[in-house]
Amino acid sequence: MADKHVDELSGVETTGHVWDGIRELNNPLPRWWVWTFYACILWAIGYTIVYPAWPLLTTNTKGIWNVTNRAVLKDELTAANASQKVFVDKIAATPVADILKDKSLSEFATAAGAAAFKVNCTPCHGSGAQGGIGYPNLNDNDWLWGGSADQIYTTISHGIRDPQDPDTRVSEMPVFGEMLKPEEIQNVAAYVADLSKQPVTSGNPAAGKEIFANNCVACHGDQAQGNRDLGAPNLSDAIWLKGSGEAAIIAQVTKPKHGVMPAWKVRLGDTTVKELAVFVHSLGGGE
Amino acid sequence: MNIYTADQPKKEAPSAPSDDVVRHDAEPVNSAKIRKPLYEARKKIFPKRAEGRFRQFKWIVMLVTLGIYYLGPWIRWDRGPFAPNQAILIDLAHRRFYFFFIEIWPQEFFFVAGLLVMAGFGLFLITSAVGRAWCGYTCPQTVWVDLFLVVERFIEGDRNARMKLDKAPWSFEKVWKRVSKHAIWLAIGVSTGGAWIFYFADAPQLLLDLWTFQAPAVAYMTIGILTATTYIFGGLMREQVCTYMCPWPRIQGAMLDENSLTVTYNDWRGEPRTHGTKKAAAEGKVAGDCVDCNACVVVCPMGIDIRDGQQLECITCALCIDACDGVMEKLGRDKGLISYATLADYNGNMALATGNGSHAINPNIVRDADGHFHDKVKHFNWKIIFRARTLLYMGVWAAVGVGLLVALLSRDRLEVNVLHDRNPQFVLESDGSIRNGFTVRILNMIPEPRVISLSLEGLEGATMKINGMDQPDSRSFDVPADPDKAVTLKVYVTVPRDQLHDDEQHFRFVAEDKSSNEHDVYKAVFNAPADVKNREHH
Repeated sequence: MADKHVDELSGVETTGHVWDGIRELNNPLPRWWVWTFYACILWAIGYTIVYPAWPLLTTNTKGIWNVTNRAVLKDELTAANASQKVFVDKIAATPVADILKDKSLSEFATAAGAAAFKVNCTPCHGSGAQGGIGYPNLNDNDWLWGGSADQIYTTISHGIRDPQDPDTRVSEMPVFGEMLKPEEIQNVAAYVADLSKQPVTSGNPAAGKEIFANNCVACHGDQAQGNRDLGAPNLSDAIWLKGSGEAAIIAQVTKPKHGVMPAWKVRLGDTTVKELAVFVHSLGGGE
Repeated sequence: MNIYTADQPKKEAPSAPSDDVVRHDAEPVNSAKIRKPLYEARKKIFPKRAEGRFRQFKWIVMLVTLGIYYLGPWIRWDRGPFAPNQAILIDLAHRRFYFFFIEIWPQEFFFVAGLLVMAGFGLFLITSAVGRAWCGYTCPQTVWVDLFLVVERFIEGDRNARMKLDKAPWSFEKVWKRVSKHAIWLAIGVSTGGAWIFYFADAPQLLLDLWTFQAPAVAYMTIGILTATTYIFGGLMREQVCTYMCPWPRIQGAMLDENSLTVTYNDWRGEPRTHGTKKAAAEGKVAGDCVDCNACVVVCPMGIDIRDGQQLECITCALCIDACDGVMEKLGRDKGLISYATLADYNGNMALATGNGSHAINPNIVRDADGHFHDKVKHFNWKIIFRARTLLYMGVWAAVGVGLLVALLSRDRLEVNVLHDRNPQFVLESDGSIRNGFTVRILNMIPEPRVISLSLEGLEGATMKINGMDQPDSRSFDVPADPDKAVTLKVYVTVPRDQLHDDEQHFRFVAEDKSSNEHDVYKAVFNAPADVKNREHH
């Protein structure tokens, strides 16, 4: 420390530091301030004693209060679950169709279903449930197995073509490539494309109509309107799960592809499946 | 040990300048002339009770401000069956702020921001006009310290009695006086914290809950914290809060100019201060008006001597003006030796009294032979308040105020907000029509249930479907809206294939209260696939 220096004007001792001839006055701190400062230091020491703080070679000090972030999170989750219990219990006890009639219950189920959807369903159906080629769009009003809340609930519960579930929804389109000639397939595809007013380029729709009547009406219906009991799609509308246009239709008739959805009840439990059904039903196409 | 017990140079026994005027043997506790060593404990200040017009005014301000604070939450205001009947209520749980006939929703918080802007400009205005009037009269710290001093004087007596008690050894009398003083202070602290929480909940119910220990823990914690701060700041720390903790003195110092009225010791007529004027006159010495009675020092709650000039600690409470005026009156001299004066006036008078600085102050120069003030002496003039700077502040303050008022009177009490679904942006329906999803929020901002009609304007051929409403698709829905609540609706708008003209079609959602003709419009966009324009319509 430099020599003691007292500022002439104020009569206050300076710290001895000089910057460009400017000296720093060594004015006193208020005592309450000093004590507060000491109290903060004590507080900090106490803090590192009661909470996990100091890193050691392989671990760290645990603190005498035994607080861990993991335990805190667990408590918070338990509390959150407890606060939702009233709704969850009510959903468990209520048939899906009746959940829709209860405004607050259906709001809760929709929100819960949306969360479950993001975790379990988005890999195939997309984050907006908009689907893709081979994966149904759940927003529209076209349903293979029915669009009422009950029907959606059944579909999610048991899945589609899930070999593990005896109650799963099953249907299979025959491999017409082994039964019909390529020309016949071309004609029937032309007929089907024409039903939904898609452009026809290669086949003969009139010839295809007969082939359709002989081979397809059993499942797809005489108006090609589909059959939900069999999961047979409506072929007269604007929505094409396996892609629209003659080429996509020819490919599907020749060697059909079939999607598989797992049965979710065994994985998620009945309540979550109900919530998912309510959510999917709320997306705009619900019946 | 404090300043009053410390060794001080022996003074001549003070001779009173007049029979009525008491000369106080006092030194200012906080003076730039006395430098304190590091880490020195606070020195106690024992302000004497002042009498006079400023003290009167301060009593009134105290009564009004404390009255508003303590009684505010208890005023009732009928808003009908669907809203609370408390005139001033900050309902954090439901995110509403009620102030008499005004109800503010969170998105209208700019009204509060506007009030803060007004408070800021109000502070600029007041400070540039009359100095630190906020500090001296209305600051809660000043008001509560004043209240605490009332209690202190009531129990322990005025300045001399309190100093005596402070020095006295512990006795039964000292113990019970101290205990009862601190007990009353704590009681004031509890009621201060208690009054605060009543602004956040229904006051009568909360009071009942507090007594029966049914109130939420946060209520008790708030009372505890505010009790501690009130007791510590008002009873123990007092002037230290203003000097060390508060940023206002520093900021307000920057707002003063040479035309601001501040509490000023007019040394151009007071100096040289003399204990015995008659004796001085007999010896042919010049004597100013100040008789060095220290009345201004003993009443000061900040423990300063105003005669040292304007200083950081001074909160301009004007009690020294009252004290000095009382003395001047008894001596038959002009009041205003300490007065509200501007720096410009003071400098002019000072130049006059010192011959432009050529000699020491000679108060005889400022008076004529009859003892009246010279014509050139400048006195307090209220017109100085109205000058360009203050008028500008006043103008901005009033403009913000008028703007807020207009905004308040013309604001909507029915609003509609719309959020377009982004994922997916549009959905193809089986009949080829296109559907867009919207989240529509209808805000019914009055405490009455209403039926709001939500309809589409534009977008030829479109129909709506609303989740949870049993009504066939149509262009208009009647939506029941709960009082003072927002209704959230999932709305699906569908346009038939042959009505699609563009991949972006503009239309409007219109929310209307048909009984009052209030309405609000939201401009929205209907999206369709990009190839919709080229698509053939069969």
